[in-house]
Amino acid sequence: MAGVWIIAEQRDGEFRKITYEVASAAKKVADELGAEVTAVVLGSGMQDACAELGKYGVAKVLYADDAALATYTTDGYTNAAAALIKDGAPDVVLFGASTQGKDLGGRLAARLDTGIAVDCTALAVEGGKMVATRPIYAGKVYADVIINGSPQIASLRPNVFDVVESGGEAAVEAVSADAGEIKAAVAEVQASEEGKIDLTEATVIVSGGRGMKEADNFALLEELAGKLNAAVGASRSAVDAGWRSHTDQVGQTGKVVTPNLYIACGISGAIQHLAGMGSSKVIVAINKDPDAPIHTKADYCVISDLFDVVPELTKEI
Amino acid sequence: MNIVVCIKQVPDTESVIKIAGDGKSIDTGDIKWVMNPYDEFGVEEALRIVKDQGGEVTVVGAGPARVVEALRTALAMGADKAVHIQDDDLYGADPIAVAKMLAKAIEPLSPDVVFFGQRAVDDDSGVVSSAVAEYLGMPQLSVITKLEIADGKVKGTRPIEGQTVVLEASLPAVISAQKGLNEPRYASLPGIMKAKKKPLETKTPADLGAERSDFIEIATLNPPPDRAPGKTVEGETAQELAANLAKLLKEEAKVI
Ligand SMILES: Cc1cc2nc3c(=O)[nH]c(=O)nc-3n(C[C@H](O)[C@H](O)[C@H](O)COP(=O)(O)OP(=O)(O)OC[C@H]3O[C@@H](n4cnc5c(N)ncnc54)[C@H](O)[C@@H]3O)c2cc1C
Ligand SMILES: Nc1ncnc2c1ncn2[C@@H]1O[C@H](COP(=O)(O)O)[C@@H](O)[C@H]1O
Repeated sequence: MAGVWIIAEQRDGEFRKITYEVASAAKKVADELGAEVTAVVLGSGMQDACAELGKYGVAKVLYADDAALATYTTDGYTNAAAALIKDGAPDVVLFGASTQGKDLGGRLAARLDTGIAVDCTALAVEGGKMVATRPIYAGKVYADVIINGSPQIASLRPNVFDVVESGGEAAVEAVSADAGEIKAAVAEVQASEEGKIDLTEATVIVSGGRGMKEADNFALLEELAGKLNAAVGASRSAVDAGWRSHTDQVGQTGKVVTPNLYIACGISGAIQHLAGMGSSKVIVAINKDPDAPIHTKADYCVISDLFDVVPELTKEI
Repeated sequence: MNIVVCIKQVPDTESVIKIAGDGKSIDTGDIKWVMNPYDEFGVEEALRIVKDQGGEVTVVGAGPARVVEALRTALAMGADKAVHIQDDDLYGADPIAVAKMLAKAIEPLSPDVVFFGQRAVDDDSGVVSSAVAEYLGMPQLSVITKLEIADGKVKGTRPIEGQTVVLEASLPAVISAQKGLNEPRYASLPGIMKAKKKPLETKTPADLGAERSDFIEIATLNPPPDRAPGKTVEGETAQELAANLAKLLKEEAKVI
């Protein structure tokens, strides 16, 4: 059953968007290798949802239904996925470079004694092998890497690969995969603030920096974000000033984001900030200093006072 | 409490990265090297735990001779001793190969807790900690912003998309540190003086019985994809600027 495998990502029994992105990317790789896409689904009560993966190019689903796999744990997923992979011996294994995939990656590669290319932004096939492109040095350089182990494992950066509908229903095979001993267990799950969109998943981000001047002024960005269904991010200066939480920081030592639209308000565009948002599809800079480095990276530069422009923009949208 | 902290020496985040003549590695000539920023959180947390609960902090770093500087910085912050795995061409290696080597060095230290940074800001992998956890047979708690250690158990808070998860495991365990865990201290002048006398052991991969086994091969390094030059949005008043911007985003960029 060689071929291209993906490890699906689900939460509370529902596939996450990254699963469709990964399936669509896997389909392209499989087509070039003359192979099929098999999806490994680890979860509980997901029988009906599994066939739907066919829409995104998955030919076959290996579904392990186990209450112990309902919630992601490093141990449960590594034990179950590694056993299935050893058995099926795929050539390529792909999953999302979400928080889950980042956690799983190193452990799974070590267990299978193979290599992994994490957080990839492009995949190609050359001479029957996958070539994975991944930004390193915070996006200052892009590396094309070849994985000489087997399987070739790669995790894919969220929001980069397009979701492509190409197929119909997938064949679903129930398999048993033992979650084994779970040494690091989930003791508690706390939901984030109601309606808060995670930065790494947002398609639009409105971000504020030191130019926001104080914590309360972020209300202006919240209003704009509300209209755009956007998440609100921040520069490290805004986080260090205590205006926003650490989880909102965009940049080299914060989150790396790739939204369709990134609106930077009162952010100068330091190299460490650009590292986190430089690969956004469209960048807007609202900064009153015409010489601010952010203006050299932006697609649309608004050289003006953000306190005048942001409220007007909220009205216009 | 016996604690190990793994430290990688990386280019300062301000560094300009130039691709070397071979097209596969970077030109290290002008780089200023520092301790990986996330590793500072690991050192700080280890020092706080030892202050509270007693014990010893050992820092471990693998790479060329220059890596000793990053280890000395950790000793100056307050770590007790250091192990340097000297390997001149380890920089840029497959993180899985690095993890195998680190695991060999860590195992004989019999730690209760092993800290890592959640990722190194040069290879941006976040692979080493969980691979080491696998080789040592330890549970892993990754990307942790809050930690409690008591009665042989560890509890760690981990932000994930839209949720926060609290993980629990028995010691020994591997923790990877994320910003928010603490505020790392600076090395004090007396700390720097004392660090010079602290034990720093150098080992070769051969001493550890470790062999390099890279799976990952860099085919080429390329500059980032070009972005089209930007446009300055026109307008006399804030209202005009906003209206023009909204129009461009809707009609030209088609992103809203
Ligand atoms: C190891 C390390 C890691 C780092 N990691 C990160 C990181 O992950 N993310 C990050 O963001 N930074 C990071 N930094 C910090 C980075 O170097 C910058 O200091 C920071 O990004 C600056 O934030 P800022 O743009 O908000 O502030 P500033 O640089 O102070 O810029 C504020 C901008 O606001 C503009 N402005 C002010 N008032 C107005 C107004 N009324 N209307 C319009 N514009 C206005 C000004 O013209 C200025 O350009 C890191 C630094 C180091 C050393
Ligand atoms: N050469 C190395 N020596 C010591 N620790 C390392 C080395 N490489 C990586 N690490 C550790 O592993 C973490 C994650 O690195 P990486 O998986 O490469 O992103 C770093 O923050 C360090 O704690």
